[in-house]
Amino acid sequence: MENARYILKIFRGHPGNQYWEEFELQNEPYANVISSLMEIQKNPINRQGKKVEPVVWEQGCLEEVCGSCSMLINGRPRQACTALINVIIEETKNTTITLAPFSKFPLVRDLIVDRDSMFENLKKAHAWIDVDSTFDRGFGPKISPEKQEMMYALSTCMTCGCCVEACPQVNAKSKFMGPQIFSQVRLFNANPTGMHQKAKRLHAVMQEGGISDCGHAQNCVKVCPKNIPLTDSIAAIGRDTTLQAFKDIFSLPDRE
Amino acid sequence: MSEKSAQKEVIVVGGGLAGLSAAMKLCENGCRVKIVSVTKVKRSHSVCAQGGINAAVNNMGEDDSPIIHAYDTMKGGDFLANQPPILEMCLTAPAIIRMMDRFGCPFNRTPEGNLDFRRFGGTLYNRTAFCGASTGQQLLYALDEQVRRHEAKGLVQKFENHEFMRLVLDDQGVARGIVYMDLFNLKLDVLKADAVVIATGGPGLIFKYSTNSTFCTGAANGRLYEQGMKYANGEFIQIHPTAIPGPDKLRLMSESARGEGGRIWVYGDSSKMITTPEGKSIPCGETGKPWYFLEELYPAFGNLVPRDIGAREVLRVCELGLGAEGKAQVYLDLTGLSEEKHHKLESILEIYKKFTGEDPRKVPMKIFPAVHYSMGGAWVDWPAADDVDRWTRYRQMTNLPGCFNVGESDYQYHGANRLGANSLLSCIFSGLVVGGEIPRYLANLTATHRDTPASVFTEAIEREQTLKRAIMDRKGPENVHKLHDELAEWMVKNVTVKRNNRDLQLTLDKIKEIRERYRKISLDDHSQFANQTYIFANQFGPMLELALVITKGALLRNEFRGAHFKPEFPQRNDTEWIKTTIATYDKAKGEPVITYEEVDLRHLKPIMRDYSHAKKVKPTLENIPSNLQLPI
Repeated sequence: MENARYILKIFRGHPGNQYWEEFELQNEPYANVISSLMEIQKNPINRQGKKVEPVVWEQGCLEEVCGSCSMLINGRPRQACTALINVIIEETKNTTITLAPFSKFPLVRDLIVDRDSMFENLKKAHAWIDVDSTFDRGFGPKISPEKQEMMYALSTCMTCGCCVEACPQVNAKSKFMGPQIFSQVRLFNANPTGMHQKAKRLHAVMQEGGISDCGHAQNCVKVCPKNIPLTDSIAAIGRDTTLQAFKDIFSLPDRE
Repeated sequence: MSEKSAQKEVIVVGGGLAGLSAAMKLCENGCRVKIVSVTKVKRSHSVCAQGGINAAVNNMGEDDSPIIHAYDTMKGGDFLANQPPILEMCLTAPAIIRMMDRFGCPFNRTPEGNLDFRRFGGTLYNRTAFCGASTGQQLLYALDEQVRRHEAKGLVQKFENHEFMRLVLDDQGVARGIVYMDLFNLKLDVLKADAVVIATGGPGLIFKYSTNSTFCTGAANGRLYEQGMKYANGEFIQIHPTAIPGPDKLRLMSESARGEGGRIWVYGDSSKMITTPEGKSIPCGETGKPWYFLEELYPAFGNLVPRDIGAREVLRVCELGLGAEGKAQVYLDLTGLSEEKHHKLESILEIYKKFTGEDPRKVPMKIFPAVHYSMGGAWVDWPAADDVDRWTRYRQMTNLPGCFNVGESDYQYHGANRLGANSLLSCIFSGLVVGGEIPRYLANLTATHRDTPASVFTEAIEREQTLKRAIMDRKGPENVHKLHDELAEWMVKNVTVKRNNRDLQLTLDKIKEIRERYRKISLDDHSQFANQTYIFANQFGPMLELALVITKGALLRNEFRGAHFKPEFPQRNDTEWIKTTIATYDKAKGEPVITYEEVDLRHLKPIMRDYSHAKKVKPTLENIPSNLQLPI
């Protein structure tokens, strides 16, 4: 298997002008999609033997912690750096691997899309802790190891967009924010300081396109490269927003 | 926005820990900040830091103190670092941890709910706070969140997917802004400000195969160097002892794997002999049995010797033909650790599994040293607290007035070798420092960029446009990616763990040859949109200049200090070589002009580094100023 050749079939091009192009490559041990794209960059000759413009893509850490290299690999949203060629060939029994840019975000070029909307959602959802200043005021509140572990898991979200891409509710006809943001609302609301702005965050996801637009397809949790319990978060935030809706009518701040 | 604060405009280039820490502190001090980053700041290379961040909080009842931390750092850096900035960094470290804790950074906890601390290399104390095994990611996210808070208030404007091209200097040579390029539509433009902070990280990609992210080209510092910025201690490149070999990059296997009890070994061979640090000749373990060579050679620190020593010993054992499976690699064994420890290290164990297909809980990992960190970087100033000119000079400012430099891209804190978990600390600390120094710099300026003639900005942008056209128009037989491979091959072979003057000279000549051939490249992509071939070709020029700085510095330094190991000169030479290497660009000469500067050793006189039988000591530092003002 290791010396075999394989084909990368890439959906590439500019907005309004996308097409499939194939490249044939020599399989190397431990090759992954990024190292294959690097080979194409060095020697951009397609399967017809024609020299073409090198494929462009986003990359960063190559260790699956930065979230840069998201793309559709054989139709599945994932990080390209951990997509090992041999593993894919073994799983699919097919030496052709397709690569395509995410479809739920505006295309930039080839495999690059603009994922700005996810970062805008972080702003809308007040995804930070309101501290008074950087000056030394001692440690923050104590947190149990169990709670820390849960918060850490939620906090490993790389804003890579796999969950958004996989979600059927995110489409041209809907305003749904996508699954990513609810785990962040959950994270900051769990923080003993962050919980003071709990209502603010919940209100942000109670708008049009918010949590009520989730269709419970559960695709998000299946594709998350960090195994973040995205659907648990959606359930938890769904409950919190319902309570919040009542509080908005009946509650008094000092009674919280 | 009042007239006065509207004038406090600052550009921060780079959005990793140092850049974000600077941006946050600048906002707090009433500045408006424009952040320019080649990627979404949340994807910056800081995310790759795994193990932790050092601070002598002394939560573990070990009688640890910031003074011991400073002592360890000065000693770990083999006395090449100026000591006043180290002292203040270590004194500030506990407050930095507390600040990050308040930001919601999910540090690991003890059962009581306090922060947990682990042990790292080069120290005998548990002083490393951590978040699972992705501490850098979590610290970066916490700062990213704080900066987003300021962004939502309108104090921060981000220019992500934009690259720094050059500094705009007025007729007096004072920074007045930058030229930058949109990496999507390749348009060049100018941003104006009276202070510019460079926080662009290390130059690992010069070696191509390193633990660095692909963003870490060093191009920004290379460009500034070509504009006259002094570059210091370039030859000090840290090689991390444990990385996973791979075709696209060498992935870091954190020191925390050893901090939690991971052991390095190879199969022993008693017919072979090895020399111990005391000069004794001993057999290489028992034939056919695991030989834990670091534990035998360095009984006190064992697997947690500083990185330079770890990397050299791994190489030495492999050179004796003892590498695992006959290859240049050794075993890093975590199979004996408890389930709880495996859980703490989960994210790095998963990474190993994902990239190799093997489960490190069941079989030992195979690892080899890799280029990891640059101790050297932009020369920056540091007036100490009790210096008479403390308030007329500016900390973290380069020799180009108004241009500051922080994080891995400066040279300030790590001397000849960086201790594990000190980099995240130095990034956040230097960012906080610059956040305090810049408002004072701006307040003392007599003129602003509004007084700078428009021609200064148009000329700067025209220079970049000319260069862009020139690179696009080059027509020749060379391919920039293949030149990069060639450069990397020479650099990795000759300018990493073990260096000798003959090969360094050959490498210097080779880089110059590559620089000539670089003029004869043809790009495979001439489009004006997200053209990564052009973007890289444009970075490669300044990368070559820094490669010359690294190599020439190494060639001239005839001694063995920290990460710089030259068997021809096997001793540290304190009489001649306790000095900072300063490289200055000289276009006519075609290679760096190297000069030297005294190292400020006012707190601790050089002692030898001994990691074979060191005991916990209560060090004293001399001349600690009574008027220290820490940044937070």
